[in-house]
Amino acid sequence: MTAEPRIERSPPVSDEVRKTTCYMCACRCGINVHLKDGRVSYIDGNRDHPINKGVLCAKGASGIMQVTAPSRLRAPLRRVGPRGSGAFEEITWEEALETAVSWLRPLRETAPERLAFFTGRDQSQSLTGWWAQAFGTPNYAAHGGFCSVNMAAAGIYTMGGAFWEFGQPDWARTELFVLFGVAEDHDSNPIKIGIGKLKARGVRVISVNPVRTGYSAVADDWYGITPGTDGLLILSLIHCLLEAGKVDLDYLARWTNAGFLVNGTEGPEKGLFVKNAESQPFVIDRRNGQPAPWDGRDTEPDLGAVWDGQRTVFQLMAEEYLRPDHAPEAVAERCGIPAARIRGLAAELAQAAFDKAFLHPQPWTDFRGNRHETMQGRPVSFHAMRGISAHSNGFQTARALHLLQILLGSVEAPGGYRLKPPYPKPVEAHPTPHFVATPGKPLTGPHLGYVRSPADLALRQDGSPARIDKAFSWDAPLSAHGLMHMVIPNAVAGDPYRIDTLFLYMANMAWNSSMNTAQVIEMLTAKEGDAYVIPRIIYSDAYASETVAYADLILPDTTYLERHDCISLLDRPISEPDAAGDSIRWPVVEPDRDVRGFQSVLLDLGARLGLPGMVDDAGRPKFRDYADYMANHQRRPGVGPLMGFRGADGSATGRGAPNPDQLDRYIAAGGFHQAHLPSEAAYMKPWNAAYQDWAVDLGLYDTPQPYLFNIWSETLRRFQLAAEGHGPRQPPDHLRERLRVAMAPLPVWYPPMGEAEGYPVHALTQRPMDMYHSWGSQNAWLRQIRGKNALYLPTAIWEAQGFAEGDYARVTSPTGEIVVPVAHMAALNPHTVWTWNAIGKRRGAWALDPEAPEAVEGFLLNHLISEVLPGAHRISNSDPVTGQAAWFDQKVRIERVGPRALAEPQFPVLPDPPRAGAGRGANFRRKFGRGGAA
Amino acid sequence: MTALPETTARKLGLVIDLDTCVGCQACVTACKGWNDQGYGVPLSDQDPYGADPSGVFLNRVHAYQMQPPEGASVVVNFPRSCLHCEVAPCVTVCPTGASFKRAEDGIVLVNEDACIGCGLCAWACPYGAREMDAAAGVMKKCTLCVDRIYNDNLAPEDRLPACVRTCPTGARHFGDLSDPGSAVSRLVAEREGYALMPEMETKPVNRYLPPRRKGAAGVAPLVPLVDVQATGLAGWLDRMLGKI
Amino acid sequence: MHPAPSVILFTVLSGLGFGVLAVLGLGALPLAGWAAAFAWGLGYALAVGGLGASTFHLGNPQRAWRAFSQWRTSWLSREAWASVAALLVLAPTAMSDVFGWGLPRILGGLGAALAALAVLCTGMIYAQLRTVPRWNHWITPALFLAFAALGGAIVTVRLPWALGLCAILAGLLVAAFQRGDGAFAARGATLGSATGLDRLGAPAVFELPHSGPNYLTREMIFVVGRRHAAKLRVLAVVLACLLPAAILAALPAPVAAVLATAVHLAGAFAARWLFFAEAEHVVGLYYGRR
Ligand SMILES: Nc1nc2c(c(=O)[nH]1)N[C@H]1C(S)=C(S)[C@@H](COP(=O)(O)OP(=O)(O)OC[C@H]3O[C@@H](n4cnc5c(=O)[nH]c(N)nc54)[C@H](O)[C@@H]3O)O[C@H]1N2
Ligand SMILES: Nc1nc2c(c(=O)[nH]1)N[C@H]1C(S)=C(S)[C@@H](COP(=O)(O)OP(=O)(O)OC[C@H]3O[C@@H](n4cnc5c(=O)[nH]c(N)nc54)[C@H](O)[C@@H]3O)O[C@H]1N2
Ligand code: SF4
Ligand code: SF4
Ligand code: SF4
Ligand code: SF4
Ligand code: SF4
Ligand SMILES: [Mo]
Repeated sequence: MTAEPRIERSPPVSDEVRKTTCYMCACRCGINVHLKDGRVSYIDGNRDHPINKGVLCAKGASGIMQVTAPSRLRAPLRRVGPRGSGAFEEITWEEALETAVSWLRPLRETAPERLAFFTGRDQSQSLTGWWAQAFGTPNYAAHGGFCSVNMAAAGIYTMGGAFWEFGQPDWARTELFVLFGVAEDHDSNPIKIGIGKLKARGVRVISVNPVRTGYSAVADDWYGITPGTDGLLILSLIHCLLEAGKVDLDYLARWTNAGFLVNGTEGPEKGLFVKNAESQPFVIDRRNGQPAPWDGRDTEPDLGAVWDGQRTVFQLMAEEYLRPDHAPEAVAERCGIPAARIRGLAAELAQAAFDKAFLHPQPWTDFRGNRHETMQGRPVSFHAMRGISAHSNGFQTARALHLLQILLGSVEAPGGYRLKPPYPKPVEAHPTPHFVATPGKPLTGPHLGYVRSPADLALRQDGSPARIDKAFSWDAPLSAHGLMHMVIPNAVAGDPYRIDTLFLYMANMAWNSSMNTAQVIEMLTAKEGDAYVIPRIIYSDAYASETVAYADLILPDTTYLERHDCISLLDRPISEPDAAGDSIRWPVVEPDRDVRGFQSVLLDLGARLGLPGMVDDAGRPKFRDYADYMANHQRRPGVGPLMGFRGADGSATGRGAPNPDQLDRYIAAGGFHQAHLPSEAAYMKPWNAAYQDWAVDLGLYDTPQPYLFNIWSETLRRFQLAAEGHGPRQPPDHLRERLRVAMAPLPVWYPPMGEAEGYPVHALTQRPMDMYHSWGSQNAWLRQIRGKNALYLPTAIWEAQGFAEGDYARVTSPTGEIVVPVAHMAALNPHTVWTWNAIGKRRGAWALDPEAPEAVEGFLLNHLISEVLPGAHRISNSDPVTGQAAWFDQKVRIERVGPRALAEPQFPVLPDPPRAGAGRGANFRRKFGRGGAA
Repeated sequence: MTALPETTARKLGLVIDLDTCVGCQACVTACKGWNDQGYGVPLSDQDPYGADPSGVFLNRVHAYQMQPPEGASVVVNFPRSCLHCEVAPCVTVCPTGASFKRAEDGIVLVNEDACIGCGLCAWACPYGAREMDAAAGVMKKCTLCVDRIYNDNLAPEDRLPACVRTCPTGARHFGDLSDPGSAVSRLVAEREGYALMPEMETKPVNRYLPPRRKGAAGVAPLVPLVDVQATGLAGWLDRMLGKI
Repeated sequence: MHPAPSVILFTVLSGLGFGVLAVLGLGALPLAGWAAAFAWGLGYALAVGGLGASTFHLGNPQRAWRAFSQWRTSWLSREAWASVAALLVLAPTAMSDVFGWGLPRILGGLGAALAALAVLCTGMIYAQLRTVPRWNHWITPALFLAFAALGGAIVTVRLPWALGLCAILAGLLVAAFQRGDGAFAARGATLGSATGLDRLGAPAVFELPHSGPNYLTREMIFVVGRRHAAKLRVLAVVLACLLPAAILAALPAPVAAVLATAVHLAGAFAARWLFFAEAEHVVGLYYGRR
């Protein structure tokens, strides 16, 4: 026997490590990019980074493949054949930019609203929004409207902060964690790290989800709810808790509007708060039965007060939810969950919140000036995302969930749900929407905001919507993120008006990001006479996506390792409950082709158009590029995109003069910066004086913004009053009834809209943890893991129709029909089918072989989903409050068609646009350099 | 080298917690990424952007569904990589001595310079832990990141397998399973960790921690304060607010 | 297991070659001159050709010499040694037969034993694999030996040996088919034991770890239809054993040799294809395939 071979146990890992930020989802983990011979050789997670603490997901760990993908575009493109033909010519950047300027300048000077600028999962919305504002078009939004605005808006309107990645459970202290409708979320790694922590402590995790995969698979208990009925379930849990008196009265009295008096007198004031002479709502002090200011130092609000015949929010709420129609027995069948299980869940919540309650030994002072020696711990926490919000009753369902957490006294309590700076932030601290377009002038304020009443709606003189997506109109009054999914259909329908130029950035609107994809493709090529109905489309993508083929001018972007980016407190930062945080990307490698970072291009365009803020007094470009903007732009004096290393010497955080070395300091610090909260400020933030002061110091707000949680929403009630006929601004009649129902001031449940007879099965999608929407499939590693998708059928359907492995099914909705491969899943709500989102690809896109499994067997559910509800008026298939796309309301019919090998529909093969080359079929050994991809 | 060492000084291996693994596939690509540029030849892919892509991975994550006797159906994610068996049949079948088990720590490795690519070791492995690299014609398998765990060029806390370091839920644990006091051994003892396919008599070093019992917590039901339907809201309010 | 042509070719041809060489080595077919040269040449050609074919499935055939190193533990290594030894040890006897040197037969006998050993080793390569329960039995090397012996006897028209061996091989084949069918279940490996998840209930595949094929699925997971297999089994027994026996019994030697060999080879290929195609590797459990 020979000796063991000697192996190199300690090889050098790399020549150099550069720390930047991942991009394959909105989680924005810190990464270490290892370089060998100047090329990327390996990527792992940055241990010091607050978001991921060293871990990476499947996408992050294979980021190298995003950079080497053959689908990458190579140079600016101008369309030379018909739209969709894929006929492009490569042009120079100068030509590209001048072309764009020649299209945009006349619009700005005559009718700025004829430019619609919509961005996808844009991580630079504070720049893109600012640019659109300077241009003067009201037509700007990012992806939130088709994503999860229900969650965002319900959170802000109820408690000044939302789920998404804007808060998280108190992982270290919670004793019960309940997830509603989450497959992955934006906070991908933090949620996984958190669940890991709970598992290590043996804390119970409960998932409410029609499908038991991923987080639901590891959950200790699973409630396989029927889609769209979470509101019923949650209000029934509230019923049980109220019935048993298991609510935190002290919390309700101090920190919510439960003690406000509601006007019960018929008329235009009904349902609004009773106000005092200073137009302030007030409470009744339980010690003397007299009105007292809500923020009075010693006030003890009486939740049971009746004053002048008017009752408190608390009583109205209790009355509503104690009604027998909220009893578990009354909702069980509709939810698909037995009444005993609902009661069991309520008991578990109460046990965690009250039997496991603890006092956190942290003295603090509230905004009223009262000193507390401890903080009341309520160790029960929740998280929810699109499973709740992507329904047309999602806003109210999310409100219901927030109400549940509030009744348990757990929001911002130790052990409960904690917000991350810049949240909490009350509605009042957000702007209202700005929308008045004036030729040659910027908009007077930001596009997106939070309306308080019908007076804030974005309506034109004649009452028609001012925005192309009809955001902030009666169709969707509280559409805080816009309705990206309606832009193309509305523009083509000329409803409310036509546009000239559609400018899109990183949104795959000709495929997986649109409802009713097949028809959207037709809309993009629709003509009136010789001209396209949407005359011009400018698009920035980094890859040969489906949408590229439909644009007239392509501005090819860099990839995330090749550009500057700014993850800013001005939009979606990387804060933690204990610290505000922001971060950057920087070019850790140089692009090897003629591509430019989109943000720099946008600033260049802005300067060429002479947009205010982008040129100096002499009309010269104010910023060299995005990096220059990141360091030197100021939103308010002393407050810029990045909070760290401000001031001339870089010692200031939050507020301070621009620092020319700021980016270098970020790079040296690992790409991010954090500002930690004092421990006194860590919990109870909306009411915690120490937190409020810290937030003002940091520049999050200019004055302290304490507020009470809105159990009863006056904003909603104002819209309901309008629907009832009160007030000067009146909704059109066809919307009255739905507004009356949906705008209830207390959380309500109503059945999802647009369900048609004869379609008995709910059809859902879930995000795979290993793919990001459409662009994971160009990653040679990830597509081996998930190169096609199947429709999962529950046992009942599988057996009833005699399905067998290898079978296909015809899936029909009122909108369309698809024929797709199926598979069996037992841990599934019996009335539900589902598939992985965005795995299906159009043939020819993404530099994949036209016979790629993604295109042959992979499929989209989107063909079945209509963007409008049945009936007249083109009402969008969205939540009536926020305009959130109701992806998950979809109902279908399933029929077995037997074995097949090709999914339908199929579209003509997209020709390959000019791109980097190689790829397709190439034998692939070395991933980067060393003679592989490029 | 094909003979197995009688004993190994340590038994390094992985402990994988099936109660915690969410099936995110992070360990899969982290493993691919590290080993693509680490020990041995890169992990090649064939037809990477084509109709039939396939390549070498050293770690793969399955998902299974089960119907327990009581309660709802369950899904369990199941990572699968080399178990660094004590009685490794993949080693003894190897004609060239390319496959070997290290006496020092029990890691089973392939010396790629000696491997003829006959594939017999992969046939001998019950767990599908070995995959032939179609470009280089040599056998690839999990190295337990032998080029990380002792690597002086890495910070001490990073001397972990790439898959363990990246696992977001912390479902993967690495350590010495011959030492009963090690964290991994204690986990195995506490959570009744088990070996796969004992009937193959390979004595795997890696252990799997079983999913915990699932279902209702069995908390006592809530007791209504009053019969609200009988007393009306007023009666309920009295009981309720009397409490503050 | 994937029935790779190179491996089928290798095992069938080298087995046959060693069978012929063993018959010749034992002096059971006394030949001289050109006839001996032809017979020995055929035996060598088959054995060496088969061995050569085996290198086609190697990833790095240029290192094949390394396969000699692990004779103490590896049946593949032993096979390499035994094959080369048999070929070398038989060479003087072959020369002696061709050139009429009249060397003592003892060396030929030793060579024949080594040839048998080579075939045994080939069989043991498969028989040793616990992971393939159908193979993991003494009947596997017995089959390989019986094939080699019968092949040798048919090519050299050694009656009544050939007739006896036909009966033995037919019996072994039938026995192997029968035993093989229950072998996987008898081994006790299930998806439950493979995952340890049987504690929750009988596991079934929910999702595979990769949506396309990989080395394991291509190499170790092969599904052959039951009806197809049943037909092939009959064909294998008929062609490999029964028909050659009939031909040998009925026809004159030179014609019988050619015809029976051809028929037998067809049967041997069918049997060997089935040997692989029907063999299920336990790794298939993970993929829900067995
Ligand atoms: N890996 C990966 N991560 C991503 C993304 C990605 O594409 N890939 N995309 C990012 C984006 S843009 C977003 S918006 C987030 C979204 O993250 P998630 O909110 O997790 O989005 P989905 O995957 O759509 O998951 C929705 C979940 O809700 C369930 N569900 C559907 N209907 C109902 C219902 O009525 N009730 C309940 N209780 N559950 C229901 C579904 O079964 C599914 O599990 O993820 C982000 N993170
Ligand atoms: N059926 C169904 N449909 C859905 C959903 C669902 O759950 N079910 N979810 C919806 C939701 S929540 C969302 S957010 C949308 C996702 O919608 P999108 O944001 O449109 O999804 P992607 O497919 O990721 O498209 C992003 C585009 O950006 C490009 N891109 C990637 N990196 C870069 C870069 O660095 N620069 C530039 N300029 N471009 C880049 C990609 O190539 C791709 O073309 O999908 C929606 N569609
Ligand atoms: S979760 Fe994954 S894709 Fe998203 S930023 Fe983190 S590592 Fe990147
Ligand atoms: S798991 Fe397979 S490859 Fe690893 S040591 Fe055991 S038998 Fe060998
Ligand atoms: S493939 Fe390589 S390591 Fe495996 S048995 Fe053959 S020579 Fe040994
Ligand atoms: S230990 Fe290393 S080689 Fe093995 S599976 Fe984990 S990352 Fe891959
Ligand atoms: S990284 Fe961890 S959680 Fe994700 S699949 Fe691997 S073991 Fe499971
Ligand atoms: Mo989204």
